[in-house]
Amino acid sequence: MQTVGRTRTHFLIRAWTVFVVLAIYLPIACGALAGLSKGRYFAFPVRIFSTEWWGKTLDSFEIHVLVQNSVLIALIVTVLSVLFAFFGALAFARYPWKGRRAFQRLLLLPIFFPQPVLGLALLLWFNALGISPSWKTAVVAHLVWIVPVVTLVIAIQVFSFDPVLEEAASDLGASRLFTLRTVTLPILWPGIWSGALFAFLLSWGNFPLSLYTAGADSTIPKWLYSKMVAGYTPMVPALGTMSTLTAAALLLGGGLIRLLIRRRAELRAREG
Amino acid sequence: MADGSLSAPAPKLTPGFRASLPVLFLLVAGFLAPLVTVAAYAFATPKSFDVFRSFTLQNFAAIFDPQNTVWTSFAWALALAFCCVAILLIVCYPIAFGLNKVFGKWSGLVSVLFVFPLFVSENVRLYGWVLFFIKNGVLDGALKWFGFSGGPELLYTPGITLFGMVYVYLPFMLFPMTLGIAMIPRDLVDAARDLGAGRMMIWREVELPLAMPGILIGALLTFVLAAGAVAEAKILGGQSVITITQDIEVAFTYAQNWPLGSALALILVLIVSGLALAAMARLDLDKILGKR
Repeated sequence: MQTVGRTRTHFLIRAWTVFVVLAIYLPIACGALAGLSKGRYFAFPVRIFSTEWWGKTLDSFEIHVLVQNSVLIALIVTVLSVLFAFFGALAFARYPWKGRRAFQRLLLLPIFFPQPVLGLALLLWFNALGISPSWKTAVVAHLVWIVPVVTLVIAIQVFSFDPVLEEAASDLGASRLFTLRTVTLPILWPGIWSGALFAFLLSWGNFPLSLYTAGADSTIPKWLYSKMVAGYTPMVPALGTMSTLTAAALLLGGGLIRLLIRRRAELRAREG
Repeated sequence: MADGSLSAPAPKLTPGFRASLPVLFLLVAGFLAPLVTVAAYAFATPKSFDVFRSFTLQNFAAIFDPQNTVWTSFAWALALAFCCVAILLIVCYPIAFGLNKVFGKWSGLVSVLFVFPLFVSENVRLYGWVLFFIKNGVLDGALKWFGFSGGPELLYTPGITLFGMVYVYLPFMLFPMTLGIAMIPRDLVDAARDLGAGRMMIWREVELPLAMPGILIGALLTFVLAAGAVAEAKILGGQSVITITQDIEVAFTYAQNWPLGSALALILVLIVSGLALAAMARLDLDKILGKR
């Protein structure tokens, strides 16, 4: 009786999860459909498919500039946020120190904060400092939100790290830098890799912070929004789909590399 | 200054504090300082840029004036956020439970499927729903193709705004909840069952209280984010609902009334951070994130 009830519950849970996953990807599929249909206005069922709008998007100079901006911002944000978050995660999870509890809570605040309001507050602050907004200020805005997220991602790895290993290395006479390179970094590497991937992808897709803090410079999400509000063209869903596919490819590639690193580490552990 | 610090022995900094310095610097310069600026602007002369040079309560007087209807924006934002949290609790619980106890080796893949949308900007995803619901869109067109008279007109209503918020903030509820349910020790549930507790009773007396920290974080996070949401109301809701963040944005942009916008933002921040701090004070992050 009990097992019958349990199998039924498990079936319902599986069915519900499949339904929600499909609902999550439905709008992304609708966008892909709209970008691939011929004609200025979208109508379903699609009568004629064409790659016309994909071609126009790929040829547009305006869009080349957007992609360059988005890539540049995301790359700088990735490098800087991993540097900040690596030390942040050690403070968060590795060392017992007096202000740790307060530090953990402070770190969460930017995540627990509506991003549009954060963007507007930063705009005011840059103005008070006399800095005119550009892609550089957008990098700062992205960092304020992404560094805490990456810190948490790396901190989860740090929690599973045994500090005794570091102490053993230094007892055996290893210098600080040597210990960092040969003990700490290899163990934390999967977390750092995931953190870097998160940083790039979150910056790549960020809309609310870029909207208010990038000034006259535009990123892909910002440009898409301006066209959604006024002046729809099928280039909007086409570029949106391209941006989504780029993120998917990066996530897939990043996941595979992580898997390879883990395989190699396991192999090395077995040999050593 | 420089001489003094050289002659006196430098205070010994703990390694933890030293490691926290870069992030602390970023948060002070990029998060606390902007908030202080907003607070300062909130007390500046209306429609001026006299920050730190004037002090007045006129902005707040204007907001709390009974003639002013800005309170409806606050009410909409908070009511939508509250409904969004309530719906997400119900939508996400079975999935979070499944990720922990049902899907087994598939849970990794299912998690990735739920994480991925976070990397697609919300306006792209919301616009996909516009294409779905719009006249001659996917729903309307499909129903017509099957011979019905066409889809219901759901777009540009408060209901679709709420739907968009539930859609966008789902992962922010799901993952803290999953972490929370992962904190339930299996033996405790087994022990309760051996002692004769029914399924409902185990859930109410054992599982729910143990998973509460995670559920609470999820609820709080979604509430805060939803209370400050603006894209859903603009893209899907067609401004049938004006949320408070939109009022703030208008004050900052078209109206060029930064002090009024700051006063509105300050009230929102106080509501949101009051909630966040009150709930966070009761949570043990070490336990949730790893140290067991």
